[in-house]
Amino acid sequence: MTASQIIFLLVAIVTLGSALMVVASRNLVHAALWLVSTLFGVAIIYALLNAGFLAVVQVVVYIGAIATLFIFAVMLTRRDQLEGGVQLNSGWWLGALIAVLTFGGLFGMFQSWSGFSKTATDIPSGFDAVGQLGSALTSPVGFVLPFEVASVLLLAALVGAVYIAFNRK
Amino acid sequence: MNFWNDPLKIAADWLVSILTGWGMPAVAAGVLVAFLGTLLFISLLMVLDIFLVWLERKVVARFQDRLGPNRVGPFGLIQPFADIIKLMIKEDTTPAGADRVVYNIAPMLSMMSVLILWAIVPLAPVIFGVDLNVGLLYIVAAGAISTLSIIMAGWSSNNKFATIGAFRQVAVMVSFEIPMVAMLLIPTIFARTMGMNGIVQAQNIWYVILSPLGALIFLIAAIAELGRAPFDMAEGESELVSGYNIEYSGMKFGMFYAGELLHALTFGGFLAILFFGGYRFFGLEKVSPFLAVIILLGKALIGYWVIMWVKYTMMRIRIDHMLAFNWKFLTPLSFVLLMVTALMNALLRETSGWLYPISMFLSNVLVAWIALEIARSHSRRERAKVTGVKAVEVAPH
Amino acid sequence: MIPLSWYLILSAALFCIGLFGVLARKNAIIILLGVELMLNAVNVNLVAFWRYGDISLMAGQVFAIIVFAVAAAEVAVGLALVISVYRRRNTIIANEIDLLKW
Repeated sequence: MTASQIIFLLVAIVTLGSALMVVASRNLVHAALWLVSTLFGVAIIYALLNAGFLAVVQVVVYIGAIATLFIFAVMLTRRDQLEGGVQLNSGWWLGALIAVLTFGGLFGMFQSWSGFSKTATDIPSGFDAVGQLGSALTSPVGFVLPFEVASVLLLAALVGAVYIAFNRK
Repeated sequence: MNFWNDPLKIAADWLVSILTGWGMPAVAAGVLVAFLGTLLFISLLMVLDIFLVWLERKVVARFQDRLGPNRVGPFGLIQPFADIIKLMIKEDTTPAGADRVVYNIAPMLSMMSVLILWAIVPLAPVIFGVDLNVGLLYIVAAGAISTLSIIMAGWSSNNKFATIGAFRQVAVMVSFEIPMVAMLLIPTIFARTMGMNGIVQAQNIWYVILSPLGALIFLIAAIAELGRAPFDMAEGESELVSGYNIEYSGMKFGMFYAGELLHALTFGGFLAILFFGGYRFFGLEKVSPFLAVIILLGKALIGYWVIMWVKYTMMRIRIDHMLAFNWKFLTPLSFVLLMVTALMNALLRETSGWLYPISMFLSNVLVAWIALEIARSHSRRERAKVTGVKAVEVAPH
Repeated sequence: MIPLSWYLILSAALFCIGLFGVLARKNAIIILLGVELMLNAVNVNLVAFWRYGDISLMAGQVFAIIVFAVAAAEVAVGLALVISVYRRRNTIIANEIDLLKW
């Protein structure tokens, strides 16, 4: 077993464990903090996949913005959190069943696929992934249109969020 | 290549050769040496931090026309050690109803978010932790972790002052992050790289000359990010007692405090690296890496001094004024500046000589002047609104 | 080297945990957290396929970035809705928000 495999296994255990805690914990702030731990694990997975830019963006966007927003929302709706009581739906076992079946189905599908246990080729020296990503995002033959659509989407979300949450006196 | 020119590599090679000589596999020896180096670096930073406590107290005393610590040791230099001993032997309290685990993790995260910043600081051409090609984004990512630590401390203390302090501080940090990111892009445009070492190497002309307004906005956003006066909403002694760290005592409080001081020095260092040439100073850095480290630390301390100067001279700004200042003035201004800089850069990239720096400088001055004119006319209107209000007539008795 | 299968299994497990959170929990905020987990699982898959496929095709990373943008937009609007519902109806339990179920 190589060093990168050991790192992967450790990170995967932490990621999945904290993901379980996200859906299992009763305290909403704890759930949000476990989400932070999960997201951090995913950032390390990106780093293992040689996508350093995405790892840093994951920390900036998810931990810096999304997790903070979640904690804010939990604090603003605090009464339900102190209430306790049953946290699960009456049909929660159905949800669990569907989740397990989905995992089983995905796993079965993977197993029948030939490229399942493929290993990665080495990255050629001098390959600039960040530069390539930047030019792909801004070149007309690349992905400039989806990129622009994403920014319009963000603008729409901004306006929508302000409009919905605005307190009309 | 001798020790004088590349000390880190020589020392690391020497240690690895000793360890492998003892029969250790080469990979394990490399990992161990890297670990030891990190440990040594962090210890040096903590020692520097102790010195910063003394410096901060001495400087604030001078600003307030006092002498500062001068009883323990020469010039009071031993004072911070006395402080640390006091913090260590203080009772370690946890408030009732606090969320114990989160409460204890928060000070560690706060310190960590500062220490990890030093991984990318190029102290000299050959002395740096790692030369990330996304170094500038890494600064923002570390800022995200420090935001998280503050919100954790404020929430877990089970104290309304702490929660309000954390709320305010997070609102400030999240909103001032935007002009900061925009200003981080300006050195990127000039140097065409996001790696810190590349930015320093590309600064044949200090970027503060190419973009003085950018350096100023970066300084303002950095002070807000640090949560120091005039943006110290989180602490606000007079209204929130001590803000998010009110319930902390002993060394846990000490970690917040030391983290804040080191954070301020770190941002002084980033100001130096991004806009004031980093370790470069008229070719002196080529003489020896040791000299380069001294130059960078000197520049960082000057930046730190400016941050202290602002802190002890300005009064606290009200939270709504501060957010309005950011969203209505600083953010639009930084976006306009970013666009102007990018346009000018695209137009004049190929020109040689003094045309490029001079036109960059003039465009900055122009943008600053227009922004100030707009702000001035706005404030004139506001003032007219206030003075225009007639005094309410009181009914005669 | 790590085989591709490890990443795929990790992402499938993460996706299913998120799915369970969305289906089984009552609280609207936890449902949104579950959606975040699912989006992250998708991203792990996309980046893994980029790394194990032709590395010069950046589609995997570009898609991941667009997923980031969509996730941020989704959270902003979703939490705004949650807060707005909480203001009007004083609850964020998904079962109790049933005005349209008459």
